[in-house]
Amino acid sequence: MAERERRLTPPRGGVFVPRVQVLAPEDVQRAITRIAHEIVERNRGLDDVVVIGLQTGGVPLAFRLAQVLEEMEATAVPVGMLDVAFYRDDIGIRPVLAEAITSIPCDLAGQLVILVDDVLFTGRTVRAALNALADYGRARAVQLAVMVDRGHRELPVRPDYVGKNMPTRLDEQVDVSLDGVVLGDVVPR
Amino acid sequence: MSFRTPRPETHGIKAPAVAGSGRNLLSIADLGAEGIEEVLRVTDAFVEVARRPIPKVPALRGRTVVTLFAEESTRTRFSFETAAKRLSADVLSFAVASSSLKKGESLRDTVETVAAMGVDAFVVRHPSAGAPAQVARWVDASVINAGDGWHEHPTQALLDCYTIRQVLAERSGRPVADVGMKNFGGLRVAIVGDVAHSRVARSGVLALAALGAEITLVAPGSLLPPSLEGWPVSAVSHDLDSVLPTVDVCYLLRLQTERGAGSFVPSLREYTAGYGLTVRRAGLLAEGALVMHPGPMNRGVEIADEVADLPRSVVLRQVANGVAVRMAVLFLLLGQVVDGDAAGAVDLGPGFGAGDG
Repeated sequence: MAERERRLTPPRGGVFVPRVQVLAPEDVQRAITRIAHEIVERNRGLDDVVVIGLQTGGVPLAFRLAQVLEEMEATAVPVGMLDVAFYRDDIGIRPVLAEAITSIPCDLAGQLVILVDDVLFTGRTVRAALNALADYGRARAVQLAVMVDRGHRELPVRPDYVGKNMPTRLDEQVDVSLDGVVLGDVVPR
Repeated sequence: MSFRTPRPETHGIKAPAVAGSGRNLLSIADLGAEGIEEVLRVTDAFVEVARRPIPKVPALRGRTVVTLFAEESTRTRFSFETAAKRLSADVLSFAVASSSLKKGESLRDTVETVAAMGVDAFVVRHPSAGAPAQVARWVDASVINAGDGWHEHPTQALLDCYTIRQVLAERSGRPVADVGMKNFGGLRVAIVGDVAHSRVARSGVLALAALGAEITLVAPGSLLPPSLEGWPVSAVSHDLDSVLPTVDVCYLLRLQTERGAGSFVPSLREYTAGYGLTVRRAGLLAEGALVMHPGPMNRGVEIADEVADLPRSVVLRQVANGVAVRMAVLFLLLGQVVDGDAAGAVDLGPGFGAGDG
């Protein structure tokens, strides 16, 4: 969860206190590069591939991933962003953020969507994202790429591409950005 | 898991002791600048939803919205109903003409009967000022004022503000979300016509002034309210020709002949001669100035036919934005955790606040 979301999320919102740096910035870059190779390998190229980042944490990762894919295969990869606030089953707990814009670059019918998020946790965001995507057209397939899989799934969701598998405690917090992955706690202000 | 506040055994009817504790939108004054800004920001998200191939989200699934209109309306009623349906809420449309109100049932009994069926929001339009506030005292559900007499029409003011912000953002070539609210600071708005009978004017003045706009009322003395005390306007004028070149927005009000406005002017033709936006007058407007009208337009009275269809007239855009603004209002009233109690009642799960789902 991005810091701005956490800050605004009542009633247990608070300040993120970092404890351990788990991945350095260059580790995150390497993981993105590896995921890009896996995507190309598994799909035998980038035909019909659209990369979509989930607001807010998945968006910078999605843009970086698309950039790496474009450099690798010398082809344009459309990138979009998706805010799933209106599809959540816990509406009202997450704030609706003005900066969390939804922008899907093309019709998704028949496309291969790579959904990108920072942290895979309960699976509820992904469930909401799949419902949201369906409203933009029937994608040929949807694959999920996450930087960190921290476990504790509450729904039958599994990622196709993982930056790092990281067992966590429920009360811990994982902070992911292009500047690295940090494990810490949220302290009420 | 359910996030609705559990309904107590009152059958949706409020005990008299706790009157007025619901989450309602009765007046722009209740919102304040911060509340207005929040609505406009959330509206951005719903404007995007409207552009989708399937312009519908499941945010209010299972909620019920009743539109109770005791006065004629096309755009407001359809706008609210479209908004509720695009949020996946169920809509009950209450037509006074075919209801038990015609048999002499009181408004209170009618409202409480409907509320007892389990309703989450009432959208109320009524010819008497204060009727929605009264309904809010009777029921647990949220109440939204969709126009009460001469008093207020808050969602109209919100959609007008949104439309102004959207147009200014487009002109600056930046996304609406980036432009924010600062464009309202010093924005010069003329509100022209039947101010006395206009709930749109009341809500509009409050909303625009809260966001920092400078407002000039232009009307014949007979169509101004008896007292302007408490109206945050910077000037009052009786000379439209001199005001038009100085404003960024010319907001025309409908001459409300059904409220007897016709008897406050010598004749419709004379009203048009003094206060109508004729083709000649439209030429006096500064380049880029907007022409707005809440509808329904009396073409040929307060606005000339040709002027209503000019590119600078954003009347249809106001209507289009109305749906998104009302989605935002319904979402903010019904989609959120209600208050501390409700938040406490919700099982947030052990992992809440600890990383993305």
